Amino acid sequence: MASLTLKGITKRFGNTIALSNIDLSVDDGEFCVLLGPSGCGKSTLLQIISGLTVQDEGSVILDNELVDHLSPRDRDVAMVFQSYALYPHMTVAQNLAFGLRMRGIPKDIIDKNIMDTANLLGIQDLLKRRPKELSGGQRQRVAMGRALVRRPKLFLLDEPLSNLDAMLRISVRLELMRLHKQIQGTILYVTHDQVEAMTLGDKVVVMKAGNIHQIDRPEVIYNRPADTFVASFIGSPAMNIFKGKIVADKKGLMFKGEDFSLNVKNIPSNLKNKPVEIGIRPEDIEISTGAENELKTKIEIVSNVGSEKYIYARIGSATLTARTKKDDNFKSGKDILLSINPSTLHIFYNGKRV
Amino acid sequence: MGKLPNKILFILGVFLAAAFSLAPFLWFVSAAFKDQTQITAIPPEWLPSFSVEAFSSTVTQHGIFHYLWNSVIVAGGATLVTIILGALAGYALARLSRGWAQITLMGILACAMFPQIAIVGPVWRFLKFMGWLNTYQGLILPYVALTLPLAIWILAVFFREMPEELESAALVDGCTRLGSLVRVIIPLSAPGLFTAAILTFIYAWNEFFLALLIMTDPARQTMPVGIALFQGEHTIPWGEIAAASLITTAPLIFMVLLFQRRIVTGLSAGAIKG
Repeated sequence: MASLTLKGITKRFGNTIALSNIDLSVDDGEFCVLLGPSGCGKSTLLQIISGLTVQDEGSVILDNELVDHLSPRDRDVAMVFQSYALYPHMTVAQNLAFGLRMRGIPKDIIDKNIMDTANLLGIQDLLKRRPKELSGGQRQRVAMGRALVRRPKLFLLDEPLSNLDAMLRISVRLELMRLHKQIQGTILYVTHDQVEAMTLGDKVVVMKAGNIHQIDRPEVIYNRPADTFVASFIGSPAMNIFKGKIVADKKGLMFKGEDFSLNVKNIPSNLKNKPVEIGIRPEDIEISTGAENELKTKIEIVSNVGSEKYIYARIGSATLTARTKKDDNFKSGKDILLSINPSTLHIFYNGKRV
Repeated sequence: MGKLPNKILFILGVFLAAAFSLAPFLWFVSAAFKDQTQITAIPPEWLPSFSVEAFSSTVTQHGIFHYLWNSVIVAGGATLVTIILGALAGYALARLSRGWAQITLMGILACAMFPQIAIVGPVWRFLKFMGWLNTYQGLILPYVALTLPLAIWILAVFFREMPEELESAALVDGCTRLGSLVRVIIPLSAPGLFTAAILTFIYAWNEFFLALLIMTDPARQTMPVGIALFQGEHTIPWGEIAAASLITTAPLIFMVLLFQRRIVTGLSAGAIKG
């Protein structure tokens, strides 16, 4: 196992910049998730680390060793592909053995490693089958097995769960967490699914358009998003974000939006009269019983997801999402008061967190 | 138009096309099994007497197996070389950036457009210079040059359909580029390889014009040339020609039927989800 450091990785495809000056370090044994919408460059980054794609600038350092000049076969990394990319003309056992055979490992050690890995993943009974005789979940396991069997320095996983159905995805996710605990490997995991990122990652890297927006533990990413992109990308339903400005009032500083105003706390006074954005998580909004920061709204839609309900309410021209308990009974068209605790507000100036 | 008339027309069309191509073939199959007098009989006799006289005479008098052997070496050699070169070139062109690969493929196709008659002079002079007239390699070389464009096209198109992630997996697993081609891509491209190989083999097996020019020594002549030279100054031994033609054609038909299943089978099923 090993640590990974990226220094100033830049990659261009023609005139488009796929990755721009990426710096990142992943500790030994860490589970690091690259999260971002499709086309943000996260898969390209994985390809560069594996050596399948060559960066235009910057370097990849694996275990304190520069690996830029090494071909994929000499980097000792393993990769799990979105499509699994199992060799269709080989049995499961041959698929697992392939990487070991290519490295000239003796047959008896290969056989032993295959059995160990198969037992770890529960695929002992599938060893003689070919990929086309496996279900989606089984193929996924074999793909994992092919990476695990080599005990590489680094695991690169490119959206490994995106081809599974929703139910299976959750169980494989749990299994992956268990597996990571067991093998203590360094993992770099690419996904566009924020739930996967939040549940799996020791560290989450949020990317967009070839840039890193935030690197932190999942809790911090959620509780203190670094900018409006991270704020709106993480969380479901998404954070409410409103444009407005900070004005002085007789009670102190206030946020004045287009159709409403809110009391704010802990704002540097130099933001006075500056345009800002405020973010409110749906769960930080309460149906009011007459506290401060009240907003008068009209319920537009109530959406019930079973475990809780979401209220989409209208304030002037803006729509606001609020979370309520599953037993709360609200009807669309009704007027309600919402209250927001000023300490839960996220405030952004120029797109960056204040 | 109703469905039934459509179907009748379709069957009729297929029947006509089949009859048109098969009738001459059936005629010489029948001729091969006729004896000397039956062949020239007027009015013609449709059913042969199943004499094997023509066959035995092709073997004993004309030494047919010797031509057959030359054909096997030349056609087999040309196929082998074409497929190896075609696979390497096709793979490169399948994976190079689209623009340049397309231009190169067009260039290769353009080369295939030259009529044989236009290149035969230079080819002959080159072979004479090399001292390769009347050698196997002297015939294999132009056959490779002539069949390579089509083989490259077939294989490039086939390799392009192969998911790139399979090669990436092989590279990460420890293969070199060439290793991933040989161990992963080629085994999965068997249908494409068989298609290209059979087309190349058929061409080289049947080719007459170059073979006639380059192989003037009867010891090196291939089947089509051998058969053409059966006729003497005053006689045309139709029976022997028909019998020898049948012997020439049989391996081709046999091969196509044998590999037909492999050509059609998509081996790559199961590589990717779904």
